[in-house]
Amino acid sequence: MFGFGILTGLTFLPLVGAAFILTLKGEDAATLRNAKWATLLTTIVVFLLSLVVWGRFDTASAAFQLVEQKSWFGSGLTYKMGVDGFSMPFVLLTTFLTPFAILASWESVTFRLKEYLIAFLVLETLMIGVFCALDLVLFYLFFEGGLIPMFLIIGIWGGKRRVYASFKFFLYTLVGSLLMLIAILAIYGKTGTTDIVTLLETQFPPSMQTWLWLAFFASFAVKMPMWPVHTWLPDAHVEAPTAGSVILAAILLKMGGYGFIRFSLPMFPDASAYFAPLIYALSVIAVIYTSLVALVQEDIKKLIAYSSIAHMGFVTMGLFTLTTQGVQGAMFLMISHGFVSGALFLCVGVIYDRMHTREIAAYGGLVNRMPLYAVTFMIFTMANVGLPGTSGFVGEFLTLAGAFVANSWVALFATTGVVLSAAYALYLYRRVVFGPLDKPSLQSISDLTARELVLFVPLIALTIYYGLRPGPILEASAASVANLLQSHTALANAAKVVAQAVQ
Amino acid sequence: MSFSTALAHHFLPESILVLGVLALILIGAWRGTRAFGLVNELAVALIGLAILALFFGQTSDASLFEGAFVDDAFARFVKALTLLGSLVTILMSRDYLQRARLGHFEFPVLVLLSTVGMLLLVSADNLIALYLGLELMSLALYVVAAFDRDDARASEAGLKYFVLGALSSGMLLYGASLLYGFAGTISFDGIAKSITGAPPLGVIFGLVFVLAGLAFKMSAAPFHMWTPDVYEGAPTPVTAFFASAPKMAAVAITARIVFTAFPGIVVQWQQIVIFLAIASMLLGAFAAIGQTNIKRLMAYSSIGHMGFALVGLAAGNEAGVRGVAIYLAIYLVMTLGAFAAILQMRVEGHPVEKIADLSGLSRNNGVAAFFLAMLMFSLAGVPPLAGFFAKYYVLLAAVEAGLFPLAIVGVLASAISAFYYLRVVKVIYFDDPAPAFDHSPLSLRAVLAVSTLFLLGFWLYPAPVVEAATAAAKSLF
Repeated sequence: MFGFGILTGLTFLPLVGAAFILTLKGEDAATLRNAKWATLLTTIVVFLLSLVVWGRFDTASAAFQLVEQKSWFGSGLTYKMGVDGFSMPFVLLTTFLTPFAILASWESVTFRLKEYLIAFLVLETLMIGVFCALDLVLFYLFFEGGLIPMFLIIGIWGGKRRVYASFKFFLYTLVGSLLMLIAILAIYGKTGTTDIVTLLETQFPPSMQTWLWLAFFASFAVKMPMWPVHTWLPDAHVEAPTAGSVILAAILLKMGGYGFIRFSLPMFPDASAYFAPLIYALSVIAVIYTSLVALVQEDIKKLIAYSSIAHMGFVTMGLFTLTTQGVQGAMFLMISHGFVSGALFLCVGVIYDRMHTREIAAYGGLVNRMPLYAVTFMIFTMANVGLPGTSGFVGEFLTLAGAFVANSWVALFATTGVVLSAAYALYLYRRVVFGPLDKPSLQSISDLTARELVLFVPLIALTIYYGLRPGPILEASAASVANLLQSHTALANAAKVVAQAVQ
Repeated sequence: MSFSTALAHHFLPESILVLGVLALILIGAWRGTRAFGLVNELAVALIGLAILALFFGQTSDASLFEGAFVDDAFARFVKALTLLGSLVTILMSRDYLQRARLGHFEFPVLVLLSTVGMLLLVSADNLIALYLGLELMSLALYVVAAFDRDDARASEAGLKYFVLGALSSGMLLYGASLLYGFAGTISFDGIAKSITGAPPLGVIFGLVFVLAGLAFKMSAAPFHMWTPDVYEGAPTPVTAFFASAPKMAAVAITARIVFTAFPGIVVQWQQIVIFLAIASMLLGAFAAIGQTNIKRLMAYSSIGHMGFALVGLAAGNEAGVRGVAIYLAIYLVMTLGAFAAILQMRVEGHPVEKIADLSGLSRNNGVAAFFLAMLMFSLAGVPPLAGFFAKYYVLLAAVEAGLFPLAIVGVLASAISAFYYLRVVKVIYFDDPAPAFDHSPLSLRAVLAVSTLFLLGFWLYPAPVVEAATAAAKSLF
């Protein structure tokens, strides 16, 4: 339509829903219900449209597909969209999870509902845009733009320390991203283009690569988040409303990993190889340290937030092993963590909506009153631990296998994280779900409602399905991973030849 | 081309304003105190005419008045911005002045006179024309700063601005006389031609003094001291005017003089501009954090933004001038929008100007709250709002020129300043409601809405601004 392709439609469709909600006047129950349904329908249509995109996507090819291009600012900046094996799974993850986020806020958001829904729709547009953008500045636009709605979501609908959390979230991410902006400008100054496809084939001089890599690293490490710049995440998670936490954990964090795999690894191969030990060290620290921190948390959401950081440690470790298993495992782990952490935050949301506290000590013995909930929570806890048969296992196993090939010490230390994750997750589960139901406030707590069941069933199904049959996700990115590793080796060899020639 | 046709083609906006101002003074003298409304409307019409003359007039370049006045794409671009700033200021001032019993016809007349000065300044092509334009602009500004003459703060603002302004004019004149003494000419081209090889020390001194005088007018640190007090003390429409139109002219003449008079000694003036840029950005970022008065906040914010505009200038190339031009355009819109919102801050008939007075604006007036919040995000430079592209183009020029430290200081300052812009958003959205504001006049709401929509939609169709700025930059080289 209007000369634009399906990806533009997919990206900007949520804005149409937002515009529709803007036209609704009044705050009465009927209007609000209309707004909710309109949002849900919009996000579902977006998901269906993304399935159409998926249908047209050829997994056998490593090239960018469904590419569309328009002149935009003149002089280098173009509007260019397209997907490949790395971005397609994230697009699907985004469109799949957003309806869940909307459903999760169905009853828990009690004021300024219309603004809330608009913020989520705008956020969805920006998230899809991040994964589809094939121009560096366009990517930056979506990447940074997402800060505005998330800042408002945490700040307006968040918990007690929401102002602190929202500022911390915004400023941390902003500082990292601005350094990346300088790198983008330097790339443009050097090559005269910001077209990602062209840049992927450009060889930067090794000395420049180092600086560019560090600048991009500043942004993605904060977003991911990696130790030691992870401290914004627990605060943001704790204060954000349930749906905000879901989106934050499931999608926003993945932008960091996506950034590494899209930019750092292929564009700066020498620097990536040079800095790989740094990444290993930070990843291993993240895995062990944050797992230990998670053990002593008193707040359920904070515990899950720390567990997210630990899992992201596996992802960065896997990516920088530059082995097929490592990179594919990292991709898989990111997708799987999207389902699992999202679902875990939904689980917390269920009991938070009933009791309005996230203190672990306030719960206990829920299995007596909420058997369905206990089963659901159990499945996702196991997936989080990485039990074979759940999707969590495949990703962790592959990243560890990759790490073992690259550096067995790294693999050794990282594996202790698996043990620790079992410790904190099971410890949490025991304190919340098992034990005697002796707290008076919990006596009348009710089990999952129909809406909540609708919410969890697809997530459970996918978690187990992909745990048993990981093929579909792995195949989606296989061609791109192979291409990445091949060009990486070629570039590294070329660099060696140049280095020898210089000597 | 005869002199009269040249005048008609290239001096038309200025002619319209000069003749119009004289007529307005007559009308004012004739009708006395009742003239305000009429003079105000006629002033808007005059500026509108001048803008039309600019848009539909000649697009060729010309030099008039024995080389004192130059009409080129750069001048036209900045003149359009300056006129827009004056136009919107007069539009926004009417309601405020009438309520404050300041509805005297002298206000629009003085603003127009000052605007004429800015137009002359932007087109100045020798040192005398530069000084004349600058003084015509400044003298009118001194008076409007103290327009609320019964208010001690406004009188103080006017006096402070006058004394410091006179000092800066003195410095500028001293520098100009040194330049004349060493170069033997007042024309910018002549100065450029006379400097061959290593510049004499006198020229360097002259350059420093001239730049100091101009830095004062654009309120770049360390010549910014007057800004917060004058912004706070002057009546709010006057502050809006100070923050918009004169800055356009001051930055533009700085760009013109460094590129046409000193193209051979880029390294010498570049370090001055880099220093001004870094000092302004850092001061704007840190000093604004503790402010509680929104007008003072905007003062420091404008200092920071001038620092960013100077980043483009520091690059010392055509891309830099393009960045400056785009920056000025977007900064103008952001400033006018922000002051349209500040002028709406009025509780039970009295203007209020604490940031805390904005508390919970989102509950009382959701539309205005959204617009103001978006303005703040744009001022902070968060994409996809236009404020990001303003910063993008100046930083791009700086990085291309290899000024990485400057660019890095710039982004860090921008991250620090994001804190206080966010604080305004926080007050608007996260805090409990303060007393609601009065219903505001249509003109303010329209300015706020139009400017915010421009900022929100800039990325959809950036071509007109970017292309005009590119053409403007090209004409300076």
